[in-house]
Amino acid sequence: MSGTRDSSRSLRSRRAVRTDAALGDHAAAPRRLRPSAWLSRAGRSTFPVAAPTWPGSVARPAPEPDLGVHYDTAWSRKYPVRLARAVVLDNVTRPLARIVAQPQLRGDEYLADLEGPVIFAANHSSHVDTPLLLACLPLQFRHRTVVAAAADYFFDRRWKADAFSFLLGAIPIERTKVNRRSADLAAELLGDDWNLVIFPEGGRSPDGWAQEFRGGAAYLAARTGRPVVPVHLDGTRHILPKGGGTVRRIRTTVTFGTPLWPAEGEDARRFAGRIEAAVATLANESTTDWWTARKLAARGETPSLQGPDVAAWRRSWALAPAPDRTPAIDAEGNDWPRTAH
Amino acid sequence: MSPRPGFVLDVDSSTPSTLFWHGERFSLETLPEGSRVIYAPEPMDPLSDPQAAIRHALTHPEGDRDPLPALLFQGMRLTIAFDDISLPLPPMERPDIRQLVIEQVLDLAADAGVDDVELIVALALHRRMTEPELRHALGDRIYDAFAPNGLLTQHDAEDPDNLIHLGTTDHGEDVEINKRAAESDLLVYVNINLVAMDGGHKSVATGLASYKSLRHHHNPATMRKSRSFMDQHKSELHTANWRMGRLIRDAGVKVFQIETTLNTDTFPDAFKFLQKREWEWKAKDRLAFLGASKALDRVPARYARQIFHSVKAPHRMTSVQAGEVEAVHAITTANVWEQQGVVVEGQTDILTMGLPYISPYNVNSILNPILVACLGLGYFFNLYRGKPLVREGGVLIMTHPTPWEFNPVHHPSYIDFFEQVLSETTDANVMSEQYEHGFATDPWYIHLYRTGHAYHGVHPFYMWYWCAHALEHLGGVIIVGGDPKAVHRLGFRAASTLADALEMAKDLVGPSPTLTHLHTPPILMADVQ
Repeated sequence: MSGTRDSSRSLRSRRAVRTDAALGDHAAAPRRLRPSAWLSRAGRSTFPVAAPTWPGSVARPAPEPDLGVHYDTAWSRKYPVRLARAVVLDNVTRPLARIVAQPQLRGDEYLADLEGPVIFAANHSSHVDTPLLLACLPLQFRHRTVVAAAADYFFDRRWKADAFSFLLGAIPIERTKVNRRSADLAAELLGDDWNLVIFPEGGRSPDGWAQEFRGGAAYLAARTGRPVVPVHLDGTRHILPKGGGTVRRIRTTVTFGTPLWPAEGEDARRFAGRIEAAVATLANESTTDWWTARKLAARGETPSLQGPDVAAWRRSWALAPAPDRTPAIDAEGNDWPRTAH
Repeated sequence: MSPRPGFVLDVDSSTPSTLFWHGERFSLETLPEGSRVIYAPEPMDPLSDPQAAIRHALTHPEGDRDPLPALLFQGMRLTIAFDDISLPLPPMERPDIRQLVIEQVLDLAADAGVDDVELIVALALHRRMTEPELRHALGDRIYDAFAPNGLLTQHDAEDPDNLIHLGTTDHGEDVEINKRAAESDLLVYVNINLVAMDGGHKSVATGLASYKSLRHHHNPATMRKSRSFMDQHKSELHTANWRMGRLIRDAGVKVFQIETTLNTDTFPDAFKFLQKREWEWKAKDRLAFLGASKALDRVPARYARQIFHSVKAPHRMTSVQAGEVEAVHAITTANVWEQQGVVVEGQTDILTMGLPYISPYNVNSILNPILVACLGLGYFFNLYRGKPLVREGGVLIMTHPTPWEFNPVHHPSYIDFFEQVLSETTDANVMSEQYEHGFATDPWYIHLYRTGHAYHGVHPFYMWYWCAHALEHLGGVIIVGGDPKAVHRLGFRAASTLADALEMAKDLVGPSPTLTHLHTPPILMADVQ
């Protein structure tokens, strides 16, 4: 019968046979492989230990629709994941924000008595905006907030989708076209007491000036009846501008506005205009003061977020220059975050 | 997403190793570049509401048949016959299709006030089913209602008191079937159509027939002229069964045929990788393969066999149709081909196939060397329409351990066939003329068949006859990894590795052969153009 056993084993791959010869035939004195040998083996492993190759004659199927707006983020809102995200946010993101962005908070008192869920609508000029805003949210909102993120950018790869869902609580939003799935998910989460951070411009500013606000935040507010809190982030474009590769330590200002509710019969487009105007007022406030900004707003003279309609170089010229680098902790030793009031 | 059709892969340098079954084990083999691998279509979506589909089939029959409720009346004799343990493969998860269908038939019979109802397992010359097997197929409700009262019986092809000779076909074939079935006011046959050759008139003309009747088409001449069994238009076996079935019909036996088809969802989640294409194996599949193959390599064969025979397939019903036999079977066959058909361009010099642990005749048993030959040459070789996958004079390479091992309860006559007949000849004609009668009429084998769980004494001959077409067509058969003594007894050549087998095959088909691998199970039918 030994012939039978030998024959049956002979079908195994050549590699497997060698392994058996090394281990099985000398069972009386088994050789233990050192860790380095295991690592070496793992490095040159083949199918089925390693992933299979794809036959050249077989067309790869279209990617299954489990990325982009189809990515299921439900796992990232499970309690253990939320807990882990909270630990990361409080112990990694906030200290990093303190070191890199030195945020000064304005208007956060508006949020003290506000009941969630809330839509935070902010201008957007850097990848730093999202972690900075999350780090600056008051505690009652901070750990129950999801972030509307571009489905085509943050959810186009599995690892990116997983990472941003976990780190930021990101949910995919289709920004190039109207997508019912995106809107339904955001509305559903608002209905489930989740706060939402959304950047109505639909993407980072290409030149430092804001882009026209789209109607997503306004639509969600009208649909769910929840308030929109306008937020202005100032200075983040100097930390990591769009297309930039290095991070600079720059002092930033995060300004929260008073909550806005859609008026009776007000359509999403008009409401979006009001949100944009409110953020523009906050932008003005960050460079002037609250009273000056309010007066300009009352007269309808608030500078546009989108900058002057002039030649590109003049638009660039009109932007505020980057401030000097600031120390991680200011000279007075103020606690972080520093507040203006 | 709708299931993807089967296809033929051209092997190139980027093709990962290919899964080969090896009995209760499996391995990954690297095929030469330029080889082809035929993959089965993915499982079709099952019926969303099988109960409703069955109800609809019974009340909306095909062909010249009234709805079943109209055929049932008080005082009638109703017989329900159904396929035995050989179908489906592997046995399906509960509830079995037979249970679902028969329960509805019985519900209608009860509504009609039918008292005289008997259930018969249509096992022809197969072994009798055990109680657990019957309970699995029919469910406890049916078993407990009929078996204790002697109303659930197993067809006995050697019981002269319960056989009736209905006549002789114009080809001189005796038609002798189960008397109770023939003399009933209505015979309802419940079928599971796993492959294209199942069902139709074969259900009654074979399943409920006697040896005297079966010998007319289970012989070397008929098998050689069946090209293939799966192609009704070119199968002499099919033709003979149709002749007999029509004689049964003309003799006044009223058959209400209920046929069902299955999808090819063959393995449960733990073994799902066995029905996936290798390059689509995820980490979970690779882990399952490595775990299963390493574990199976280390456990004794009998335990590996127990593990696999405990596997119940998750396949589900894709269609059910009822009514007149031929009208029903035309639909059934089309549905089977829709699930299993794969278009293949041209023949090959060498055909390879990995043989699994199961065939229709070793459920809960051992795949002995004769059944290995039958599975490869009788079944897998015949999974074609048009032309055989391998050219005439080509070589068939099968992988299976082919142990010299038999189940003495299920296959007693196989042991003697292997020792006494195959040691003398592998020629089916010689066997038929010199040995078949002795085995078929041996009182001990008949006793074991009628009272135990043994296949009929003549059954190993039939298994060899199933191979007749392939043996006539092929230039050589090589079994890789088989017990050399058993392989040589079968008249085949033994090889240690696939590479060795390919070198041996080149001696027969030339130095640059074409090679095609039949990647089954799941079952597929090659439509060779």
